[in-house]
Amino acid sequence: MADPEIKSYEPYHESRSAAVTESRPAQAVLMAIAFVFLGVFLLLPLIIVFHEALAKGIGAYTQALGEPDARSAIRLTLLVAAISVPLNVVFGISAAWAIAKFEFKGKAFLTTLIDLPFSVSPVISGLVYVLLFGAQGLLGEWLKAHGVQILFAVPGIVLATVFVTFPFVARELIPLMQEQGNGDEEAALSLGANGWQTFWYVTLPNVKWGLLYGVLLCNARAMGEFGAVSVVSGHIRGLTNTMPLHVEILYNEYNAVGAFAVASLLAELALVTLVLKTLLEMRYGAELAATRGH
Amino acid sequence: MTTAPAQAGWRFRQPSVIPGFGLTLGFSLAYLTLIILIPLSGLIWRSASLGWADFWAIAGDRRTINALEISFGTAFLAAAVNVVFGTLVAWVLVRYRFPGRRIVDAMVDLPFALPTAVAGIALTTLYAPNGWIGKLLMPLGIKVAYTPLGIVVALVFIGLPFVVRTVQPIMEEIDKEVEEAAATLGASRFQIITRVLFPGLAPAIITGFSLAFARGVGEYGSVIFIAGNLPYKSEIAPLLIVIRLEEYNYPAATAIAAIMLALSFVMLLVVNLVQTWSRKRYG
Repeated sequence: MADPEIKSYEPYHESRSAAVTESRPAQAVLMAIAFVFLGVFLLLPLIIVFHEALAKGIGAYTQALGEPDARSAIRLTLLVAAISVPLNVVFGISAAWAIAKFEFKGKAFLTTLIDLPFSVSPVISGLVYVLLFGAQGLLGEWLKAHGVQILFAVPGIVLATVFVTFPFVARELIPLMQEQGNGDEEAALSLGANGWQTFWYVTLPNVKWGLLYGVLLCNARAMGEFGAVSVVSGHIRGLTNTMPLHVEILYNEYNAVGAFAVASLLAELALVTLVLKTLLEMRYGAELAATRGH
Repeated sequence: MTTAPAQAGWRFRQPSVIPGFGLTLGFSLAYLTLIILIPLSGLIWRSASLGWADFWAIAGDRRTINALEISFGTAFLAAAVNVVFGTLVAWVLVRYRFPGRRIVDAMVDLPFALPTAVAGIALTTLYAPNGWIGKLLMPLGIKVAYTPLGIVVALVFIGLPFVVRTVQPIMEEIDKEVEEAAATLGASRFQIITRVLFPGLAPAIITGFSLAFARGVGEYGSVIFIAGNLPYKSEIAPLLIVIRLEEYNYPAATAIAAIMLALSFVMLLVVNLVQTWSRKRYG
């Protein structure tokens, strides 16, 4: 982000020709427009979440969070993220290894396929599993006969979450590993390390910050996903409601404090994610540079 | 692929001393197929087995057409708003120095990190007739919440980082000397921005627009709270899919989803063509 070249723009003094930057008043106007826009569209929504959550005092807030349904929603969200994030980490590392370390036919096509879930509506991501596992679905009869419950249960929620968070880790690691090249790995191999040792002691330390960055974004989306999970969950209170779904239910029941209390936890998660992400970019900006842009 | 792998001209992969190709590619393909490709082809297979008559009956339904129009129309408007303000925000972040710049820069990613349902109820509360912003707009006769305008507001929120984050890195790379050269040749600041800077940024702006647009078309969580969800008026296509599913009308849900996928695909194709054209045009 703040690479040294940008710093060289910094002295916008009279020494610079006025024609290569806007006049002072123009700068002030542009900045004012940008700040008002960001204030209205980003800051106010964030403030109102905490304002509404605490509208009836801290007592009502903690009480809303202590409710059994709220607690079970929190537990389910943590469980779903704890399953789906590691799955996508394993896939992300594996896909990045295959794509970044080797040259093979159809590589560009495979990379495009990995990004596919980003261009599909979350509702459609949920729908595809309903079509597969639902009562009228392709596998519906068989699942029913064998007593396997996927839809309206945890497995369905996990699957939908894995679908929507599929590309996050892979798309951080692929450009990073491509940029780093194969030199380190080839050196390790020539010194007698086996494949696993090369991965553990050479590749993984090289990409750990990029991996963490991807995990962070993947986790934020996994815990916050609404559309896809909403389609497959069945909205069974206390059983298949994740935090975002519980927010919806409370909000539709006009329980504003309850809805915003649970929402405030998700907003805090978002803030923590942003802070960690910014710290990573500041510390390891150069390393992560290749992966920026999402 | 008629040749044997051993033959010289064609090779599936370049030789390499690094191990693990078969394992990692095999696992990645298997996982991709199971999680993404089989479920998605299930959708295509289902909609293909509908038959043309049924398919057109659903596609030609007034409610479906209106929902698609609303989804694509509001997403287009929101992406256009984001192109203007997102480019401006990127410019301010790249070119100007002010205290707290890094915090503002980090804030831009908020829509990526904040769950859509949270954004939805927050925006609805702000823009409701008695909300902080709604109250101010009421006397002006502007209603945002529970109207299509509310959908646009939600999609502006969702799409903003897509434009800023695609345009920003390209702006950072702009060579200041080009601007100086233009200035010494007598160009005004306005001419430099429209004739020198904009052409270089155009492909990135188009990409940002298409990403924000694509995301907006499919967006569900943030929209359903603020939209009011009146059939024919403020009902988005993803919501109509959910409604049809809840009615156990699988064919209708499938057909609408297939139309959305097809339209998005055509959109991406058009954007790619425009981009190729703009790269050629502006070099």
